[in-house]
Amino acid sequence: MTSLRTRLFAILVAATGLIWLCAVAWIYIQTKNEVEHVLDTRLQEAARMVQSLVTNSDGTGSHNTQADPAVVPQQASYERQLSCQIWSLDGRLVARSSGAPNEILSDHANGFSEREVDGETWRVYAVEDATKGIRVMVGDRLGLRERLVTDLIKGLLAPTLLIIPLLGLLIWTSLGRGLRPLQNMAEELQKRDAEDMRAIDARHAPREIRPVVGALNKLFEKVDAARRHEREVTAFAAHELRTPLAGLKTQAQIAMTAADPAVKTGALQQILISVDRTSRLVRQLLAVARLDARADTERNDHVNVGQLLEDVAAALHPTSDQIRVILDPALHQTSLHTNLELLTVALRNLYENALQHMPNGGTARWSVQKGSGRLLIALEDEGPGIPDEELSHVANRFFRGRHRSTSGSGLGLAIVELALRRLNASLTLKNRSDRTGLRAEVSMEL
Amino acid sequence: MRILVVEDDPVLSDGLKVGLGLSGATVDAVATCADACAALAASTFDAVVLDLMLPDGSGLDVLANIRSTGNKTPVLLLTALDEVSDRIKGLDTGADDYLGKPFDLDELAARVRAIARRQTGRAEPHLAYNGIVLDLASLTATLNDTPVNLSRREFAILSALMERPEIVRSKDDLESRLYGWQEEVESNAVEVHIHNLRSKIGREMIETVRGHGYRMRAPNR
Repeated sequence: MTSLRTRLFAILVAATGLIWLCAVAWIYIQTKNEVEHVLDTRLQEAARMVQSLVTNSDGTGSHNTQADPAVVPQQASYERQLSCQIWSLDGRLVARSSGAPNEILSDHANGFSEREVDGETWRVYAVEDATKGIRVMVGDRLGLRERLVTDLIKGLLAPTLLIIPLLGLLIWTSLGRGLRPLQNMAEELQKRDAEDMRAIDARHAPREIRPVVGALNKLFEKVDAARRHEREVTAFAAHELRTPLAGLKTQAQIAMTAADPAVKTGALQQILISVDRTSRLVRQLLAVARLDARADTERNDHVNVGQLLEDVAAALHPTSDQIRVILDPALHQTSLHTNLELLTVALRNLYENALQHMPNGGTARWSVQKGSGRLLIALEDEGPGIPDEELSHVANRFFRGRHRSTSGSGLGLAIVELALRRLNASLTLKNRSDRTGLRAEVSMEL
Repeated sequence: MRILVVEDDPVLSDGLKVGLGLSGATVDAVATCADACAALAASTFDAVVLDLMLPDGSGLDVLANIRSTGNKTPVLLLTALDEVSDRIKGLDTGADDYLGKPFDLDELAARVRAIARRQTGRAEPHLAYNGIVLDLASLTATLNDTPVNLSRREFAILSALMERPEIVRSKDDLESRLYGWQEEVESNAVEVHIHNLRSKIGREMIETVRGHGYRMRAPNR
């Protein structure tokens, strides 16, 4: 059953019905017992009374002695419920009440017994009086007793049956009312468009729904943040790509229309520069997207930092002919249990950033320090450094500082930070105190 | 026509400089808001091509800044942001036109010519005076329907004089229209160009006002 309301309704109605049925059964049994007890006592009393009234076995009492009393069927009322017979001890019917059968009601001399007479079961109490020579029998029909109890139960059930639809209606509407907050929430959510990420007001929500509302609101927040972030990145990416595209198009048009061969060649050279720069930008954008989307950061690669840095430097060598790279020998003794891909991305972008900002003939120096469970890998360059007021922004995406390189995209340090965060490591940037240049420190757990 | 290009991307900046130069303009290029403000305070330009996202701020700040000082130089905004709201904001801040990146170089040049032309109060794309007609888009000149072959600099001087024929243009004024900051200018460059022009369109067309400069000679005098 998919509707909560229908389900609750069925459960409630079934439970109520069951309880009622149990109650009816209990009342039936109880009433029956009570009625039997009362009626039995009455039989007993009546028999004794008759016995005390009878003077002798001649039957000269104050009772009726009709020769052939007819048994009047008494279905409609409880009148003439009791029948009485007085028998002499020798088996002669001395007297009987009107409506009592002629046949002997009980073959017991004393006490209660049940016997079928004329197709009806009788409950009879018999008393024998030896001194008077009589046997008094008072009985009633069991069928009547049953009818009494059944009528009683019927009387109880009749209003109940009338009430059941009323109760059903009541339960149905109450459920509707009780589930109203849920429905309100559903309606509110339905009315929203896809952009609406406002939190649902949880203050008026019932306690039971509050966890759901809370969870939904948290989800909204997350989705909203993710989408905002995505929009930002897309907008920036679009902006960052459009400018080089505009440059490419302009230079291509110049190359096509210019009559002067020098101008043509210049434009083509500019196109090459721009293509290089743009492809690096695209590579970095993809790196950011991958880092953003990446969920797994398994750290089960055994990495020798010195070897890794040599590889990184070798891969970038063609663009850094004039720059000297010095590796601290201790780096080759430093091994890490980490994610090779992420660490490579981080260190390569850090290194690239240093290269781009250094003049020819500069020296980039990698060093390493160990202490208190952490490993510090530092890169010192001889570039212009970063103005103090820009230090806190440089790792923001697309931020390009005052000392920008011509081929920079503003993504390098953002990528470094993103990758390091995935590795639970951190990046600290400082201007060198001994000379101009930047000191970038990567601090990670050993 | 002298144009200031404010663009921080080196390739695009170079492209604009060369490309607008090919269409007959003298182009100066700067890359930051600060340099743009300084350039606009120091020299007069016929038009400014302004990028919105600059390293030290927004191009809109530059625009608001120069408009607040009463500078009416026509400004064409270049931007990679393509939202309508950005365009509206740009135009409302005082820009005369708007072009999204990437753009067509010829379209940009045409738009720059158009906003510069409107600034001088003309609606037609030709300059005509006393039988001389200059087509500013194709950089061609005719004298009494006969084509005249003019160099880029000669064309620039003649169009400067013909924009407002009755006004006397000083030598410095003409020089600034011909040469960007980085270009070496011979002290007699303007005289040489005027001399060449006179030999092509006739001596009497350009009048020398002693101690002041040059202007177009009024017809029938």
